[in-house]
Amino acid sequence: METIDQVFVLAKRSLMTWAQSFLPEWSTIILSILISVTAIAVFGPVTMMYLTLLERKLVGRIQNRYGPNRVGFWGLLQPIADGVKMLTKEDIVPTNADKFAHFLAPVVIVIPALLIFSVIPFGRGMIAVDLSIGILFFLALSSTTTIWIFVAAWASRNKFSLLGGMRSVAQMISYEIPMVLSIVPVLLVVGSFSTVTIVEAQSGWNWFVFTPWGVVGFLIFFLTGVAEVNRTPFDLAEGESEIVAGFHTEYSGMKFALFYMAEFMNTFSISAIVATMYLGGWQGPWLPSWVWFFIKTYALIFVMMWFRGTFPRLRVDQLMGFAWKFLLPLALVNLLVAGIWTNLSTPKNNIVSLIILVVTFNLLYWANRPEMPKKRTYRYAYADE
Amino acid sequence: MFGWGVIKGMLVTLKNFILSYFTKERLTTVQYPEERLPVKERFRNFPFLIYDNKPEDLRCVSCDICAKECPPKCITIVRDSDEQGKPLKRPKVFDIDFSICMNCGICEEVCPFDAIFMDHEFELAKFGRFEDLNYRKEDLLKPAEHFAKIRPQDAARIEAKRRAKAQPATPETKTQ
Repeated sequence: METIDQVFVLAKRSLMTWAQSFLPEWSTIILSILISVTAIAVFGPVTMMYLTLLERKLVGRIQNRYGPNRVGFWGLLQPIADGVKMLTKEDIVPTNADKFAHFLAPVVIVIPALLIFSVIPFGRGMIAVDLSIGILFFLALSSTTTIWIFVAAWASRNKFSLLGGMRSVAQMISYEIPMVLSIVPVLLVVGSFSTVTIVEAQSGWNWFVFTPWGVVGFLIFFLTGVAEVNRTPFDLAEGESEIVAGFHTEYSGMKFALFYMAEFMNTFSISAIVATMYLGGWQGPWLPSWVWFFIKTYALIFVMMWFRGTFPRLRVDQLMGFAWKFLLPLALVNLLVAGIWTNLSTPKNNIVSLIILVVTFNLLYWANRPEMPKKRTYRYAYADE
Repeated sequence: MFGWGVIKGMLVTLKNFILSYFTKERLTTVQYPEERLPVKERFRNFPFLIYDNKPEDLRCVSCDICAKECPPKCITIVRDSDEQGKPLKRPKVFDIDFSICMNCGICEEVCPFDAIFMDHEFELAKFGRFEDLNYRKEDLLKPAEHFAKIRPQDAARIEAKRRAKAQPATPETKTQ
């Protein structure tokens, strides 16, 4: 059991001891870094490839069809066929585009997506770097994606691209705030930015999602996370029915594929971070820690794909209103509730925080009710005559 | 409750997702090359020439009506003749160009000798654009049993009509 739990850690350790027998002392630290980097650099794109397949399968089933099942058994070679197709496609750059920025944006957008993987605890002891500011690192990196989306949009010199980029920036700025505020309660309770410490604080069944503030925080964080990675129903930046393909209108071939890679890797990392923060990360009984981590992450990814199969795209004003008028006040109240919860004794704190949250929720619902204008009746001026 | 509509919507898609693994109504795709829908009897695609017992016994008498009636003019018929140059009641050339044919079935309707019928064959893609799609007489020939198999109702009706027509005029047909 212990060996299965630590199989990846042990594999790395044995590789290191084998390498130490013939490599000089100073190079082992570089080797250790290289092993982690290689593992992440392989894991990220492979995950992305199979997430595309999974998404097409799931959405297909939701729409009462099979999804890809021709290339290889169960369509398992479909991502490779797609990759070959993407690589061999002609790379078209618009004449008036800013050539350098147009090239740079899709290349650089993958970097933050890959870097986020380094602070995700995949299992007990399975983390590339246990940063003491892990969550801050994640927040900072995930928001830099916006810059490159905007660079891509601007460099394309296309109205639709620019509109998509603008929408993306507006959306990210709005959703960043409730997202950060929904994480703060966890930091408040745990007292650390480190992802490893956060997971360890949720040992046993003390997952944060089972506390009143945890449920609300989890929902806010998950929804803002979906908005953060530009997925349906928050995919205004690439609303294909309105603005062709948004920021990647002018991209084709491998550059287009890189945007997709960044999006799907972000999907995975957001799900992983949500699982880490609120669902107890790799904590769980019986199964090895990394199996628990992947179960939780893929459950969240499934919900994201389920969203995609269910919801139509939000309108811009609905999107902004939801972030500013509903999620932001709720996140602030949630922060207060988490503060109260930590300072009261166990049975009392749950009741108090539950009451505050239910009242706030209903107040916000009441304050956000749609404004229906009174039905006007017109009287014919000469009706009585 | 706030958000109830969202949950209801998600349950609808979840129902579709789960039931697609169990019921046929939720997964209506027919995976074509392996699975096929049964072809309806009145389905028509491309004509074939019918023969009764052996391929020389064509019903076609090369009357040229179908070629004249054919809207896109895809049928070419050349009448056969014997050594003295006397025309015979059988075609020497009977070509139908599938690249022109529009599968209307008018040839079948106008044929007074019940010699040409529409087939159920629809996988007719070819690699060549010209000669491969030009069907010769030999490619078009099919036995009467084939017709009886693909279109049993039509075959029974037409056989009854032919038998009724053949009964009183038996001696005359023999002399031909």
